[in-house]
Amino acid sequence: MPTSPPTTSARPEPGTGAGPVPAAARVGDGPRRGGTSASAASAPAAARASAFVYAPAPEATDHLRLRDRYPLFIGGRFQPPAAGVHRPTINPATEEMLAEVAEADAEDVDRAVSAARRAFPGWSRLPGARRARHLFRLARLVQERSRELAVVETLDGGKPIRESRDVDIPLVAQHLFYHAGWADKLPLAFPGARPQPLGVCGQVIPWNFPLLMLAWKIAPALATGNTVVLKPAETTPLTAMLFAEICQQAELPDGVVNLVTGGPDTGRALVAHPGVAKVAFTGSTAVGKQIQRSLAGSGTALTLELGGKAAHVVFDDAPLDQAVEGVVNGIYFNQGHVCCAGSRLLVQESIAEPFLRRLTERVGRLRVGNPLDKNTDVGAINSREQLERITELVASGVAQGARLFQPACELPGRGFWFRPSLFTEVSPSHRIAREEIFGPVLAVMTFRTPEEAVERANNTRYGLSAGVWTTKGSRILWMAQRMRAGVVWANTFNRFDPAAPFGGFRESGFGREGGPQGLRGYVELR
Amino acid sequence: MAAAVETLPAPASLQSVDQVEVEDRARLFASRSIKRAAKLWALELAVRCTDLTSLEGADTPGRTATLCAKALRPDPEDEAVPPVAAVCVYPAQVGEAATRLRGSPVRVAAVATGFPSGQMPRELKIAEAAEVARIADEIDMVMDRGAFLSGRYDAVQEEIAQVKAAIGDRHLKVILETGELGGYDQVRHASWLAMAAGADFIKTSTGKIQPAATLPVAVVMLEAIRDYAWSTGRAVGFKAAGGIRTARQAIGYLVAVNETLGDEWLTPERFRLGASSLLNDVLMQRAKERSGAYQSADDFSQA
Repeated sequence: MPTSPPTTSARPEPGTGAGPVPAAARVGDGPRRGGTSASAASAPAAARASAFVYAPAPEATDHLRLRDRYPLFIGGRFQPPAAGVHRPTINPATEEMLAEVAEADAEDVDRAVSAARRAFPGWSRLPGARRARHLFRLARLVQERSRELAVVETLDGGKPIRESRDVDIPLVAQHLFYHAGWADKLPLAFPGARPQPLGVCGQVIPWNFPLLMLAWKIAPALATGNTVVLKPAETTPLTAMLFAEICQQAELPDGVVNLVTGGPDTGRALVAHPGVAKVAFTGSTAVGKQIQRSLAGSGTALTLELGGKAAHVVFDDAPLDQAVEGVVNGIYFNQGHVCCAGSRLLVQESIAEPFLRRLTERVGRLRVGNPLDKNTDVGAINSREQLERITELVASGVAQGARLFQPACELPGRGFWFRPSLFTEVSPSHRIAREEIFGPVLAVMTFRTPEEAVERANNTRYGLSAGVWTTKGSRILWMAQRMRAGVVWANTFNRFDPAAPFGGFRESGFGREGGPQGLRGYVELR
Repeated sequence: MAAAVETLPAPASLQSVDQVEVEDRARLFASRSIKRAAKLWALELAVRCTDLTSLEGADTPGRTATLCAKALRPDPEDEAVPPVAAVCVYPAQVGEAATRLRGSPVRVAAVATGFPSGQMPRELKIAEAAEVARIADEIDMVMDRGAFLSGRYDAVQEEIAQVKAAIGDRHLKVILETGELGGYDQVRHASWLAMAAGADFIKTSTGKIQPAATLPVAVVMLEAIRDYAWSTGRAVGFKAAGGIRTARQAIGYLVAVNETLGDEWLTPERFRLGASSLLNDVLMQRAKERSGAYQSADDFSQA
């Protein structure tokens, strides 16, 4: 198994640097947790030793049986790619290869779509209750193999095991269970209409929640009677391949789920295939726009779930410490590789100082390191490419005059890592306040009145999610009505539930996933 | 000490607490995986921070003597196990405890002010506290929940201040009895009242009411302690008591203290665990960590 990088607690050096931390942070008797303010040029100070050092607690990996090489999953069987090309997939925490994965070309995609087309008549005519049975079986097998799936998700993608174990995989099972429940009740979701499946769905998913995004795509498609060709992300294909094994274990009819691994070319071939009746894409706004352009006039149905630049609005009456938790969870969860991440913090000016003091101190306590360690809070950046993008955007923030705070924490020597970061003195025109960074980087701004908060929150091309922190119920409703975002969380953030529709406004895409609304993207109403 | 004052928007005591998120935070602390060297370190600290407690109507001098022996030498088989922080008993047992513990580092703590209900005339409470303070090193008083719940916050603070004055330089722990307060907002408020009135420690519970100590309540109190230190420069200690029976629970509290207040609070001067049956589970876990195998409960002496 791959060697493990050490986990280090991100302890800020007390009493150094000005940063956004007021001088009171360094009172002799108080908890001396200041922070370092560092520019991109000067590295943060060395981490301070703590008395209570958590010994490494890595999740065991010896139970894993990964193959050396994963072929494609077409028509219920593992099949080698036509051109015989395979690419390595690596562990971003160590840069070591985990397995080789097939690269599907146009011919392979064509075979997969044909298999899905052949499977469609049988699957779509199956009584809903029978389809439900298959989905229930998939859900139970995911639960049975949850530990294995969580470990592979963490190895392949770099996310902390705590998240893959407690969030990703349980939600995968929940989504399958939830949609199994709908399979025989579809007319109830669309009163007065007869929902009909569309045919073959071509689905392309991102690398941030590999198996969860697969479940979000496959569960509603199957529940409504469609068949699927899905392309996992290039850097995180492994849990999808385990899911292929689960499909076999569950005796899902051949061809109902087909998985084609590969890069952008594979995705393009899938999206453009004339046998595909519906395309569902989750990923970057740039690629989403390309897909929409390429499908224009083709009659292919499309839903897009794209980027975001969510605002997290904290009012002066908010429960401060819990709002800090929400903000931390909003931006550092999954290293900020979250389309709905709360990457812009709007804090009411009257509490900016006490709030930022708590926030910087809390960020300083995040434990960055080996994703397999059960005590790790922030894991590895998914890929070198993404790390470069984050680094470049953070440098632009410094260059444009924002003030960078990063805790002192040792980062492992190998692998892709980025310190949890936050910027103060950010102006709405800065790139870090406008562009999706998709990394652990928070842009902090202030506001004076609720009206200004709404204005600032909506001042973005995106509109996927938003958060409000206040103890006033009426203000929550007032804000939720005015913020242009598909999801508005109140006094919490990044909570997902299969029964709640998720999706965006404007450049965050269209279509919803989850809830009865999510079924709408996979049916035609007659 | 320099008093650096932090400005908070509302009176800091009235800052509200969000139930969902604070319970989430507590879950994270409880799920930290503390293994090997870290676990041994934590278990030893847990012993050093224990207030070994017996608060029963059936307590006798003999029982108190046994308790004191256990406190001085928690594991007769292993000299490396340090003594506990204090022995906590009813006022009637203070004399016996003081005799048994004389000359040792183990302190004598006594509950007072009409423990556990506190439903007693104030003069008697103050007299009781003053009386036990002649012998005991630490006084665990109960906050007047009757006054708190009827909104007489001044009376709550006044009483604490009077008790504090009556016991001189003795250490004052104020028991909030969080299970009776009605919610996290009230726990925060009560914490603040007690600290501002002069408490050296704030303590969760008497152990006579369910729910007793819980980790989310501890998080709320620890955050209040941190805020109080930030705004006044004075460090107040924290004592979790009631319902803490396993080493795992104890470690959860240590993690919460570590990640909320930091190293400076990981000492018996600022952190205590009030418990009776906890100690042997800690010792058993400690022995297991060192030898690799669990031993029988009968291998550990009773308190």
